[in-house]
Amino acid sequence: MIDIKEVIETNKMIKEMNLDVRTITLGISLLDCMDTDLNKMKEKIYTKITTLAADLVKVGNDIEREFGVPIVNKRIEVTPISLICASTCKCVDDYVEIAKTLDEAAKKVNVNFIGGFGALVSKAMTKNEELLIKSIPFALSVTERVCSSVNVASTRCGINMDAVNLLGNVIKDLAYNTKEQDSLGCAKLVVFCNAPDDNPFMAGAFHGVTEGDCCINVGVSGPGVVKRAIDLVKGEDFETLCETVKKTAFKITRVGQLVAKEASKRLNIPFGIIDLSLAPTPAIGDSIGEIFQSMGLEVAGAPGTTCALALLNDQVKKGGIMASSSVGGLSGAFIPVSEDHAMIEAVEKGALTLEKLEAMTCVCSVGLDMVVVPGKTSSSTLSGLIADEMALGMINNKTTAVRVIPCYGKDVGEEANFGGLLGRGPVMKVNEYSCEDFVTRKGRIPPPIHSFKN
Amino acid sequence: MKKTIVTVVGKDKVGIIASICSFLADSSVNVCDISQTIVNGFFNMMMVVDLSLSTKSFKELCEEGQKLGESLGVVVQMQKEEIFDLMHRI
Repeated sequence: MIDIKEVIETNKMIKEMNLDVRTITLGISLLDCMDTDLNKMKEKIYTKITTLAADLVKVGNDIEREFGVPIVNKRIEVTPISLICASTCKCVDDYVEIAKTLDEAAKKVNVNFIGGFGALVSKAMTKNEELLIKSIPFALSVTERVCSSVNVASTRCGINMDAVNLLGNVIKDLAYNTKEQDSLGCAKLVVFCNAPDDNPFMAGAFHGVTEGDCCINVGVSGPGVVKRAIDLVKGEDFETLCETVKKTAFKITRVGQLVAKEASKRLNIPFGIIDLSLAPTPAIGDSIGEIFQSMGLEVAGAPGTTCALALLNDQVKKGGIMASSSVGGLSGAFIPVSEDHAMIEAVEKGALTLEKLEAMTCVCSVGLDMVVVPGKTSSSTLSGLIADEMALGMINNKTTAVRVIPCYGKDVGEEANFGGLLGRGPVMKVNEYSCEDFVTRKGRIPPPIHSFKN
Repeated sequence: MKKTIVTVVGKDKVGIIASICSFLADSSVNVCDISQTIVNGFFNMMMVVDLSLSTKSFKELCEEGQKLGESLGVVVQMQKEEIFDLMHRI
């Protein structure tokens, strides 16, 4: 029989510690929507998305009410668009048309983001993939809910430096095209190394080609719950600290598993994976930076931060993995600067620099995330930042990503404000020494020796 | 039989349990178990109830329970049992 203490504990996690299910993301394959006629294809895409996702938001809301746990976002991820448009889209404008169709479909079913406007080009780009990438600055500035991701590197294929170079320019253009909103467009574009096929978190979500026709992926969260649990073991040894994080991650993930199973049953769509990530929000008490402080660091960025993050990331995975029948996606701890008030404060104090963040991305679940840099940062410097991050992912066999916002017209000392979940970010100082002659070399950096595992 | 957990949290006063029980009885909801405790000076009550004969939908019960709670100065919440079961049991 359920004990009243357990009921109080669960409800306290939800009400006081911001435990929530961050997203139910419906993955939809668009492979069967291919058509040589652009208008026919747009119609097929719209119909498939709006049919499969018709009840997504309602089911999410029902589950939220019945179990009393908030489900913050309901979202859709689709097959990378470059894969289905090769014989349809002949120019940049054609791709923008597809993006608008995705946006309309998202609005129709009332989801707040739709991901998958992207390409997988870790080895090389086809003409069409290049066109899609070039269309991103327009596609993301004329649509509201479309998110884009481009996988430019992998441990198996190396780093496609032509794509890295191109994306530096794309990010600059996108920042300019959305300058009225503090270059918000860049917050909807992720550049990946080793992108997972089943990540439910935006902006990097897409429905991989290895997936079936559709599936439900759920992203759980709960930095606040982990923080409060760590507060209770202040001064105890590392074994106790690790056990505490593990047990808490288990509980959080069980809630995600319940929601995923229910959503899958009610929508009659197979369950894919649980992404057991600690994803912060700008709310007080929902922060990864605060977890570092509870662990014993004065502020995020102090020496020891990388170690604390490594510990956190690993224990979250260990605790969560047993709580779900299928774990995937990015799973671990996210460190998006603008979405975490304690990280923002650390940057403002000068305790957290871009270089320290880069080191932290070696052990966190993703990479340089929601980092605002001066609008004057050159495209080659952006490509250099991306190249560094891709190298970390490639060599260390992990997913890394860059979501960087060169906020147009703003410089160090100012801040960009995106509102809502995306938060606000102080402009961070970037090393201004040039890397242009390096990143503009053509071609691909070959994969590391340990990629030859056959 | 799927059970639902009703939680009542707030300042203690005369008649809370009576009011909640008569509301549930009027809706043909059977109360299987009641326990209560005081946490940080607040009255916490948990009821395990069975909705299989309920004359109202889950949504209606939630909304009416919430209103009743407001009139009593407490917070009434209904949640399906699984969330607690899964979180605390392997």
